[in-house]
Amino acid sequence: MSDHTDNSHEHIDEDKRDFIYIATGAAAAVGAGALAWPLVMQMGKAADTLAAGSIEIDLSKISEGQQLKMLWRGKPVFVRHRTPAEISEAESVDIAQLKDPQTDDERLMPTPDGKLDPKYLVMVGVCTHFGCVPVGEQGKVDAQGEYGGWYCPCHGSHYDTSGRIRKGPAPTNLEIPAYTYISDTVIKVG
Amino acid sequence: MSGHPSTYEPKYAPTKWLDKRLPIIRMGADFMTYPSPRNLNYWWTFGGILTLCLMTQIITGIILAMHYVPHVDLAFESVQRIKRDVPFGWLIQPMHAVGASMFFFAVYIHMFRGLYYGSYKAPREMVWLFGCVIYLIMMATGFLGYTLPWGQMSFWGATVITGFFGAVPVVGESLQQWLLGGFAVDNPTLNRFFALHYLLPFVIAALVGLHVWAMHHAGQNNPIGIEPKSKKDTLAFHPFYTVKDAFAVGVFLLVFAFFVFYQPDALGHADNYIEADPMKTPEHIVPEWYFLPFYAILRAVPDKLMGILLMVAAIAVLFILPWLDTSKVRSMRFRPVTRRWFILFVIACFILGWCGAGNPDDIAIPFGEDKGITFLLLARVATAFYFAFFLLILPIMGMIEKPKERPESITKAVLGGAE
Amino acid sequence: MRNVFKTAIIGTLALAGVGVGGLMAANAAGGSSDYKMKHMHWHFDGWRGTYDRAAMQRGYQVYREVCASCHQLKYVAFRHLGDKGGPYYDDHYPNPNDNPYVKAFAADWTVEEVDLDTGDIIERPAIPADMFPPIYPNAAAAAASNGGAVPPDLSVMVKARTGGADYVYNVLTSYDKDDNYMNKAMGIKIAMANPLSDGLVEYADTEYTDKDGKVHIIKAPEATVDQMAKDVTEFLAWAADPKMEQRKSLGLATMLYLLILTILLWFSYKAVWRNVEH
Repeated sequence: MSDHTDNSHEHIDEDKRDFIYIATGAAAAVGAGALAWPLVMQMGKAADTLAAGSIEIDLSKISEGQQLKMLWRGKPVFVRHRTPAEISEAESVDIAQLKDPQTDDERLMPTPDGKLDPKYLVMVGVCTHFGCVPVGEQGKVDAQGEYGGWYCPCHGSHYDTSGRIRKGPAPTNLEIPAYTYISDTVIKVG
Repeated sequence: MSGHPSTYEPKYAPTKWLDKRLPIIRMGADFMTYPSPRNLNYWWTFGGILTLCLMTQIITGIILAMHYVPHVDLAFESVQRIKRDVPFGWLIQPMHAVGASMFFFAVYIHMFRGLYYGSYKAPREMVWLFGCVIYLIMMATGFLGYTLPWGQMSFWGATVITGFFGAVPVVGESLQQWLLGGFAVDNPTLNRFFALHYLLPFVIAALVGLHVWAMHHAGQNNPIGIEPKSKKDTLAFHPFYTVKDAFAVGVFLLVFAFFVFYQPDALGHADNYIEADPMKTPEHIVPEWYFLPFYAILRAVPDKLMGILLMVAAIAVLFILPWLDTSKVRSMRFRPVTRRWFILFVIACFILGWCGAGNPDDIAIPFGEDKGITFLLLARVATAFYFAFFLLILPIMGMIEKPKERPESITKAVLGGAE
Repeated sequence: MRNVFKTAIIGTLALAGVGVGGLMAANAAGGSSDYKMKHMHWHFDGWRGTYDRAAMQRGYQVYREVCASCHQLKYVAFRHLGDKGGPYYDDHYPNPNDNPYVKAFAADWTVEEVDLDTGDIIERPAIPADMFPPIYPNAAAAAASNGGAVPPDLSVMVKARTGGADYVYNVLTSYDKDDNYMNKAMGIKIAMANPLSDGLVEYADTEYTDKDGKVHIIKAPEATVDQMAKDVTEFLAWAADPKMEQRKSLGLATMLYLLILTILLWFSYKAVWRNVEH
């Protein structure tokens, strides 16, 4: 290395050199950071994945008491045509006793005339516990859980006829996707 | 890993604790303080540049593997999807493709440097041998990777190269079909090529470790080829050579970035933008530029098996080079006659590359109308010279050449103004 | 030392030069007869070149009305038309799926889909998320309708031919006057009859409203063979390399950054080695 002498000239040079080293290091660090951005972001959703994000469902083809399952963004969407008994059961619950308090109306989207149609319940069919698909097909009473709605066989979560969590480990109600009525009987999910 | 006394002293309790159990910080510190000859020139920066190339290829390659689909029906499409829809795929894909070319560009300079300064001579034979193995695996990796986009050149390149194995007597056809996993290049081939293309870079990384280990054990060669004799002859690797390498990397990256952003397809071939079609061979198939010299050697002989043997020999001869060169003098700086032969050798390599790109029967150097030297003839002359350089010139020159007077030490050479 | 550095640079450049020269030799092979390729000045040439939006839009019209009767664009989606750098990009619609032009162009095509109630194949109008649909159900059908030759996909055509955009333009403008199948640029008779003739498509004037609310009318050029060939080539060049504008602008920033970093590294190098003879 160089010999260190004590004259002031050398000190000034020392400062200048430190400045160059710091500037170089800083520039390199900025570059590395900028390079990391694309290398990380490439794992995000690709343009085609983002674009293929909506489906249309014709409600009129689902008869009372039946449930339609459609794939949307890689997950099932449940569309349940509820019976009057199921609707009244869903509406009569005292929400104060729920783990995730929500009225049945809050779980519906308005039809084109601005009203709510409680007949059709649209949900993402994924248990909020760890992502299994709950069962709840009409006609298999024991498959609908203790509250007559859906039951997740993975870890035993029970959902009622409005898809609200009533018993078991799931933290929240079944998710309602963003959907709109594009006519009286057709909805668009996504 | 390095053959010099360690000067690292752990200062804190945790580092002391660790140093007794796993001296990994010591290893890094010793690497940084490794005494390097003080007269290394810019040709020596390509080791660092190659490390960067390998890292770039591994990182971008892992990313591409997240989006690529190794299936004959989807491979081409998935590459298009990477370039069109995957976030920043349009940047990462050309980085990998151009990166392969930059890697070979740097490795060729690195190899020519080793040849010129006699870096393969005792006691550095193992450094050179590991280098040759790395180069061989790099060639395999490059070839396997070029198959993956599943364009016309990918497919027909794979067909031709695997055809080499078909030339082996008796078992050739079985061997070839075993490699392909079918009667021809098809989905099983693509799948195994992808698996191997992913594996081999890690093998290269391990071999690079051995390459560097061997080099640190024997000590680095230097432009005058005289071993360092005193402390004055060397400098610590850091900061002297880290900063010099970093500057060279900066220059290298400028060239790299120019190709990635402005000429991403210049080093490739238009036909590889046509999806593989087993029913139709492109009119003019050529390998990537970095294989062209060997392709020329292959075609210099009109016999299938002989052509392949000659091409294999062209690489094999590198492995025995340390024992072919009989001269005790390392650096060509002090070998005035051999130095000229070396320059001719480099020219022969370029001529071979040129011949590899041309059509064998076309005229390379015209004399008047419709007459001249064909690429085939030129390739034959250059091939002959390529082998003569290793098998005749180096052994004989070592015995008859009178080397120039050499300086006593690196310090003397530096201070005495001998270049 | 300085000399060695100079040799290093020259050597590097020479190596690169020979490499590129070799490539050129490889690429120059092929080509035929006495036809001389016309080299065009494209809007997207050069290190700052961009696509000419109006030309791309006219080019899309040519593709839709002429080429698309046989040639697919299978790696292009309708939404790509409204992407940044694409022919119909609009600041107001950062999500191209909402772009009204894109929606309208998509709806102009039909795509096949399975009816989930009956399992039948039904047709519906395309949406921006769809890819450009196939023209023929399969390669055999394509060959059968075209005298045995399958019309190639055009998505990456500009990159898939040596000569790129110039090549595509020359093919489209070099048919023999007396022989509808004789292509002079390719030097052979090809399966595609001369697809263009003057006035084949009707270019519409476009209008735009400037900041002051004034409406400007941009007169459409005359739809000559030359003009249509240029326009459709511009469109296909974009289709083959839709991220070119992004790449070039990031490239400029990257090169500038690397230049500064390299200069700083040079000074650091000089500072570290200041008292060292080497």
